[in-house]
Amino acid sequence: MLASERDQLKTEIWEMARKYDHHRSGLMPVLQHVQRKYRYISPEAMQESAGAFHIHPVEVYGVVSFYSFLSTKPKGKFIIRLCRTISCEMTGKAVIARQLENDLGITFGETTKDGMFTLEYTNCLGMCDSGPALLVNDEIYTEVTPESVADIIESYVRKFGASVTEEKKHE
Amino acid sequence: MNDKKTARNEGIILREIDVDAILIKVLKEDREDILREVTDSKLKGRGGAGFSTGRKWSLAAEARSDQKYIICNADEGEPGTFKDRVLLTDYTDALLAGMTIAGYAVGAESGIIYLRGEYVYMIDHIHDRIKNRYENKLLGDNIAGKKGFVFNITVRLGSGAYVCGEETALIESLEGQRGEPRNRPPFPVTCGFMGKPTVVNNVETFITALHILDKGAEWFKKFGTDKSTGTKLFSISGDCAKPGVYEFPLGITVKEVLTHIGARDAKAVQVGGASGRCVAHDEFESTLAFEDISTGGSIIVFGPHRDMLAVARNFMEFFAEESCGQCTPCRYGVEALLEGIEMLEQRKCSMKYLNELLGLCETMQVTSKCGLGQSAPNAFMSILKNFKHEILSRDSAR
Repeated sequence: MLASERDQLKTEIWEMARKYDHHRSGLMPVLQHVQRKYRYISPEAMQESAGAFHIHPVEVYGVVSFYSFLSTKPKGKFIIRLCRTISCEMTGKAVIARQLENDLGITFGETTKDGMFTLEYTNCLGMCDSGPALLVNDEIYTEVTPESVADIIESYVRKFGASVTEEKKHE
Repeated sequence: MNDKKTARNEGIILREIDVDAILIKVLKEDREDILREVTDSKLKGRGGAGFSTGRKWSLAAEARSDQKYIICNADEGEPGTFKDRVLLTDYTDALLAGMTIAGYAVGAESGIIYLRGEYVYMIDHIHDRIKNRYENKLLGDNIAGKKGFVFNITVRLGSGAYVCGEETALIESLEGQRGEPRNRPPFPVTCGFMGKPTVVNNVETFITALHILDKGAEWFKKFGTDKSTGTKLFSISGDCAKPGVYEFPLGITVKEVLTHIGARDAKAVQVGGASGRCVAHDEFESTLAFEDISTGGSIIVFGPHRDMLAVARNFMEFFAEESCGQCTPCRYGVEALLEGIEMLEQRKCSMKYLNELLGLCETMQVTSKCGLGQSAPNAFMSILKNFKHEILSRDSAR
């Protein structure tokens, strides 16, 4: 990480922590922000967060490793999360999974070489009445068909640069 | 986003109401009257556990503290459940008003909506509705002209952990910890968020309470059964003609539900999601109520062609993934059950071992620390009980 990037990260973490009076209850929003913006939570980010909340870095690591939407390894610009829970499985999740792997050229758990897409499974998305369902970052897609998989992927490739992951205020 | 197309059978919760008028009316009443009305209605928590809402509110109201919290559990993670999704998008103001009334009744000034990370796409909408209510003096200081009554609502996001739907795990998560359930007691009503008295209720519970305070406990009790009053939202998916969110009076039979949704040929129904149980054909006359088959509202229908062992596998994989790993019965138990399913798939499971696994299920139910571990074996047990013949007579490993 460049020194300037690290400074930027530090500033962001401390500014957010201040809004929560450096009370630990602000830790999750800070980590969620870092995950969203930097696509993972680096050791540096964990150390800064620990400092900002006056806790040991291992406490922060414990939290990061607990939640499936927080990650210690860099993820793609777009994280595709396919619901694998029963209702979506019954509506043909396996076919969508295969098509995603074919169209992206990666298997589940991997990130494309250009860093654009990460492919993951997730548990119930709450779209059981209109499966198969998947999330691409914050956007939900329902009743996905194998034909529409390529269109979904293409729409994000086109948006490249426009950045759908652009930071929104979520706290 | 409009989800109304999926909602059918308007009864109590899904009827059109003037949310603000009800709020203003209720805020003129005494706190004690509100608590009594909710208690009299015998409303039980709509998340699934079924604790008396009136009792919960009263306990929090009695607790002495400088700070109290109202938390809305919008961590709707139970497989097959999506009714809160509809409520959060289309009935947002009713939820916010319900939380406000709860705050008034128990003497809390802070409300928090814990929204699951998967629902982040609706957060802008919820923030818009909250902002609108501040502008209309229905949140903030001196709400609806009521001097001294302050109530604020913020939204916090989860990060993809099913166990955080358990109320003490949810509180841990809000406090910036791993979402590991706490020992109970003490219960959140006396020692919850930040160690302060806290009411944690499901989205639907707050909205139902608002309706009760609009039309009264007696009216509410006309719906449902004696022990399970009122109506409830059901999230229906799987092999049926009309999946979606339905409102039914509690006490309705499984068979009646199946008729409504166009699933007459169902061979089994999973009631209550992964943590619920599998109900086979011979139990379709059973009722959906706290005293019979208790549920948070998830109904998953399995048609005649479904492989029930594959269903059991899906549920156990879910728990293997979502167990927080804090207590041993749950952490090792779900792994052992998943291995058992693999043995059954390979047709290499002796009856003796199968019975041992069923014994393990009972141990998990009794000794796990929280509701996740206690209910994790339910699906395995009920599917094995109802479909033992189908599973043991599989003709080839799939």
